[in-house]
Amino acid sequence: MSLSNKHLLGLYGVPREDIQLILDTATTFREVLERPIKKVPTLQGKTIVNLFYENSTRTRISFELAQKRLSADTINFSTSVSSTKKGETFKDTVRNIEAMKVDMIVVRHQSAGVPHYLTRISKANIINAGDGLHEHPTQGLLDMYSIREKFGRLEGLNVCLVGDIAHSRVALSNIFGLKTMGANVSVCGPATMIPYGIQSLGIKVYQNINEAISKNNVLNVLRIQLERNAGERIPSLREYHRYFGITAERLEKYNKDILILHPGPINRGVELSSEVADGPYQIILDQVTNGVAVRMAVLYLLGTMH
Amino acid sequence: MDIKAKLIDEVGLQRTITRLAHEILERNKGSKNLVLVGMRTRGEFICNRIYEKIKEIDNSEPPKGILDVTLYRDDFRTRLKQPEVSVTSITFDINEKDIILIDDVLYTGRTARAALDALMDLGRPNTIQLCVLVDRGHRELPIKADFVGKNVPTSLNEEVKVKLKETDGEDAVYLVNAPKQ
Repeated sequence: MSLSNKHLLGLYGVPREDIQLILDTATTFREVLERPIKKVPTLQGKTIVNLFYENSTRTRISFELAQKRLSADTINFSTSVSSTKKGETFKDTVRNIEAMKVDMIVVRHQSAGVPHYLTRISKANIINAGDGLHEHPTQGLLDMYSIREKFGRLEGLNVCLVGDIAHSRVALSNIFGLKTMGANVSVCGPATMIPYGIQSLGIKVYQNINEAISKNNVLNVLRIQLERNAGERIPSLREYHRYFGITAERLEKYNKDILILHPGPINRGVELSSEVADGPYQIILDQVTNGVAVRMAVLYLLGTMH
Repeated sequence: MDIKAKLIDEVGLQRTITRLAHEILERNKGSKNLVLVGMRTRGEFICNRIYEKIKEIDNSEPPKGILDVTLYRDDFRTRLKQPEVSVTSITFDINEKDIILIDDVLYTGRTARAALDALMDLGRPNTIQLCVLVDRGHRELPIKADFVGKNVPTSLNEEVKVKLKETDGEDAVYLVNAPKQ
């Protein structure tokens, strides 16, 4: 079994068998992470560049760890310390890096479509680590892996994404991936944060968080992104918390069996109350651990492809 | 499958397993420090059978696990098909233990090499002893089995096929002509 595409640009259009293969392979790597020596020699001699044009802690560290645990050689590139500051174009930067013979590029960029563009100017395998408001496929995969780990399946589950759907690449990757795997996907948030016409993707929209809680098995709660001007779309963070914040009282009243996911970093007291963020409903730190395993699976499957 | 000869039949396989279990216990003076590790996929089932036999003879239950060596292979660059990985399941401590590493056929020795590396990443065993059902020769690495069910001199255009009830519905070992590339 191999993946059908040599790049991972998004989960849109990725066939079910491919997602299944990545999730199954991640189970293997999850076991490697429990060993005393958390390293296997599989990608020895492969060179991977992490090209991060946008800030990231979790994703970059997660990718870097995944690469090191597969014994690949890694180079980190971030815009703050590079020639981008000296005026070099993106294309020139990539051409130069490629001239140093790299096998894979993990890219994060503030503009949607940059990973797709990279596939045209580079021969390396390209992995999208988040492009603008478009997709963040490895986050989508690790969310699906974490849900599957808890429920043993994805098919038929009711999963609701809560928050600023319009400005979330995590939401889009979750929607595409989960729908392919047969889950019933819905969204919930203030009307200003729900893209117009999103129902055409075949998903339900909840205006009321209590209803979303009672009708779903899983809530994937997104971060209110102040850096993307979330403040312009809601009157105040307090008001958001009051109407859409996930609190222990709400969960106890409307659905005690619900599973809460959050891609991090959390704004405590905004989208999640501290009680929920640390409480028994959530698997936020499991998501982080699973993220390394899922990224190892993606790197392995792409890196050993012929 | 172009069969040239049946090397071991069902009864013969039982006898071989019994002998291997006795040899393992004899060499290690019992099963006190033993752990059994079968290599996916057929080594796993041979491991189960040796385990049952040791239980019967020695009245003991040494820990047993399954090793998947896919991540340690050296042929990622040359193989045409991407190998499927599955999970290693060794839930016990292997430090200071005497490991019996079990596989169906010993050929080039490359899988055994990968297994040694994989085991070393799990800890520092006291010894690793290799037990195989069939040794067909043609080693490419300095590796030798400690316990051998049957030595079979083969030519390079032959293959040894181990069939087990768990995976193939019958117990037998065949010598076959390798399929033409």
